[in-house]
Amino acid sequence: MLLEIQNLTTRFSTPEGEVCAVNNVSLQVEAGQCLGVVGESGSGKTQVFMSMMGLLAKNGKTEGIVNFNGRQILGLEIAELNRLRGVEFSMIFQDPMTSLNPYLRISRQMTEVLVEHRGISEKEAAAKAIELLHLVGIPEAEKRFRMYPHEFSGGMRQRAMIAMALLCEPKLLIADEPTTALDVTVQAQILDLIAGLGRKLDMATVLITHDLGVIAGLSDRVAVMYGGRVVEEASVHEIFNSPQHPYTKGLLESMPRLDTSSDKALHAIPGQPPDLQALPAGCSFEPRCNYAFARCHAEIPELRTIGEGRVKACHLEQIS
Amino acid sequence: MSGAAMNQTETTQQPILSVRDLKVYFPIIAGGLIRRTIPLKAVDGVSFDLYPGETLGVVGESGCGKSTLGRGILQLLEPSGGSVVWLGHHIEGLSATEMKKYRKELQIIFQDPLASLNPRMTIGDIIAEPLTVHNPELSVEERKQRVREMMEQVGLLPLMINRYPHEFSGGQCQRIGVARAMILKPRLIVCDEPVSALDVSIQAQIVNLIKDLQDTFGLSLIFISHDLSIVRHISHRIMVLYLGNMMEVADKENLYANPRHPYTKALISAVPLPDPELEKQKQRLVLEGDLPSPLSPPSGCVFRTRCPLAREKCAQEKPEMTDVNGAHQVACHFWQQR
Amino acid sequence: MATAKPFKSDGLAPLHGAEPVKGRSLWQDARRRLFRNKAAVGSMILLAIIVIMAILAPLLSPWAFDDPDWGYDFPGPPNIETKHWFGTDGNGRDLFVRTLYGARISLLVGVIATSVSLLIGVTYGATAGFIGGRTDNIMMRIVDILYSLPFMFFVILLMVIFGRNIFLIFVALGAVEWLTMARIVRGQALSVKKKEFIEAAQAVGVSNAKIITRHIIPNVLGPVIVYMTLTIPQVILTESFLSFLGLGVQEPLTSWGVLISEGAKQMESSPWMLIFPAAFLAVTLFCFNFIGDGLRDALDPKDR
Repeated sequence: MLLEIQNLTTRFSTPEGEVCAVNNVSLQVEAGQCLGVVGESGSGKTQVFMSMMGLLAKNGKTEGIVNFNGRQILGLEIAELNRLRGVEFSMIFQDPMTSLNPYLRISRQMTEVLVEHRGISEKEAAAKAIELLHLVGIPEAEKRFRMYPHEFSGGMRQRAMIAMALLCEPKLLIADEPTTALDVTVQAQILDLIAGLGRKLDMATVLITHDLGVIAGLSDRVAVMYGGRVVEEASVHEIFNSPQHPYTKGLLESMPRLDTSSDKALHAIPGQPPDLQALPAGCSFEPRCNYAFARCHAEIPELRTIGEGRVKACHLEQIS
Repeated sequence: MSGAAMNQTETTQQPILSVRDLKVYFPIIAGGLIRRTIPLKAVDGVSFDLYPGETLGVVGESGCGKSTLGRGILQLLEPSGGSVVWLGHHIEGLSATEMKKYRKELQIIFQDPLASLNPRMTIGDIIAEPLTVHNPELSVEERKQRVREMMEQVGLLPLMINRYPHEFSGGQCQRIGVARAMILKPRLIVCDEPVSALDVSIQAQIVNLIKDLQDTFGLSLIFISHDLSIVRHISHRIMVLYLGNMMEVADKENLYANPRHPYTKALISAVPLPDPELEKQKQRLVLEGDLPSPLSPPSGCVFRTRCPLAREKCAQEKPEMTDVNGAHQVACHFWQQR
Repeated sequence: MATAKPFKSDGLAPLHGAEPVKGRSLWQDARRRLFRNKAAVGSMILLAIIVIMAILAPLLSPWAFDDPDWGYDFPGPPNIETKHWFGTDGNGRDLFVRTLYGARISLLVGVIATSVSLLIGVTYGATAGFIGGRTDNIMMRIVDILYSLPFMFFVILLMVIFGRNIFLIFVALGAVEWLTMARIVRGQALSVKKKEFIEAAQAVGVSNAKIITRHIIPNVLGPVIVYMTLTIPQVILTESFLSFLGLGVQEPLTSWGVLISEGAKQMESSPWMLIFPAAFLAVTLFCFNFIGDGLRDALDPKDR
């Protein structure tokens, strides 16, 4: 198991009280696999990995176990963590402009990483960086190498960010909404790129997104999060063909599909995403659930195994 | 409204909106020794008719001009050319006072639900504002009553009438925006990416709401979005834009079943479907290259720099919209190639 | 006319009772944050005390502000028995009561002149910012030109033509301060103008005047309020400066500036004449500044 997250809990202290953004979350990623993490606002999907990477805001505290390649990385000293970040595992974000320094040329930003972590010369680093820019499909890589981020288009910036994340050949790439801000045709290019790179470099990926279509194309396994908890986890085929949690089912039914046509109303999930500062006593999805019964209101459902490599957090036995 | 009923109304009714060759250019002042003004051609010649009770979906990616088109039609931006005829009246280029009387029939819903509401006003005041402008004869109590009715209709509790926008969620804010747009019972609403900023589970609620209101009040809608799945669901006809130009127009069945324009084909192929089997087998039509700058659009057909079918003719001659069959039109020299 | 569809719940928790719920406006949120700021609250209390003392001045001292105490030194040090708590000035008048009367004038000047500048500046700036284009250009160039005029020259000119009149001081000070206010408001108006709710108002057909008063101005008030609390001390200080130069209020009326001016002349022999009014002035200025800081934090747009 490449990455193992066990019982991760992250809390933020705000003037209005404590907010539990990640509540007892456990996830696994195998080498070379792609895990899709699906959720909406307040689901905690991003904070899980920010906690793992040590990128939490100052008012956040996290506890639990995160094992990367058998090694505990939660709670490591910053210096030690820096040796792993960008080298063993990397993260890319929704807005490339916030991870690329607008005042430095791409060349400088990329060679810096290699010189720092691999200890090679500037010249060798430059060659490697240009090779990577080629790999991610940036045309005229030598010329673009010396440009500034703002001279790149949105899609190219995202590619540059991916290239930077791959400089040290990490075994795991965490992509947080990598294509949400991109046009759909550019999104298709980037998703193909990520999938291709995963295969070529035997790299595992975690794809964090709210877009079920993106998940369907790339993931091997899917974890669905709601209100800071994992509510269902299964293989991608199982999730789409026979979802067992009412939330997953509701999401799939409420999305209009491009390949079907219907004049009927969409099956919308009523209500709105939970307020993390005022979570109900029982299941946090219960107020919106069509299948809810008394137990759901009173008791928070624990994650339980319902099949080979399948878990869900729901009191219901089965949904057809 | 079902497809059959739609065709009936189309043949027996006049269009309520006719847009011909609409252009919206923004003058950009280019630097350098000699200061020149280059026009940014956000919308460069769009034409269509809209019928009562019909939804026209407008799709395209960034820079295609769809939002500018919506604003150009409503005269929130002044068109640089072309005509907009509403119920037989030319409304392009009208002054604010002349336009005022049409404003109660033409409304808009915005993309960012919270930003479209004045944070200092209660939602009751926000929804009532159109009434204060167009129905000043109403008493305060009558106004409040109408606001409460409207709130119920869009799924908001009338008790919340004194609350402020920041006390609501994104979906609820959008309902407030819908209520404000609907309170004067307009005939056309331009929906500018109304669900793009909302959580996925809320998007369906708002789409259902808009569709319900259309069915109840016989509204016409111009639904602008980059999300093809939603556009397919809600529209009767769909128009595909690229860099300010029309690429293809068709009713929704034909557009998805028989897309003729290479851009439309690429767009449809690029959308990821929530179906792992289909997705993993899919042969995607990947568009090469990047969007050209709208300050220097390619000559002839603006799509030619990324088009797999591009040839010499495409650089020399801009393709006109040609009929594929009746309601289906495409702007491409080589649309007949498969 | 179609009938309304049955009410579809938004999933909101059911609220009992027929009374509409009172909303929590952004101003209320800001007020809560302000009251959490101890320095600001302390300053408000202190300021309130000074204001109350100024209002109740005649009741707090047996001495009238323009009546010399013939039975005491001219000037005399602070003395509990004679109830000259701050001593007397060169003309034998009780300094305590004069300091409080001086507070009246100084605070009045501060508040009124700032209010004048607020009224003119906000209207001017909001209009220029909203209309934009050439009008905005011209209006702001006028501000630039007025800005470059020497203030002192202008005031002295007014004093010479119209004589030393307290209302003139209000006008003169207000006439200078509105310029900066207009600039600030115009900048804010420019950024508010781009917000979608302005476009929404235009789409409804709201007139430009109504957009400015109802949509633009309430949303630019944040920085304006902060600036106001920082302008008041500035105005008070300027008035003190004018009085120091002898251009301020007429005798027997007094302000802190006048008192400080007189006190400075007698600094070595009768330090109490300088210390008390100066202390009051300093404390008041501190208070306004702390309140201004607190307001700025409370109204921070980041929290919106």
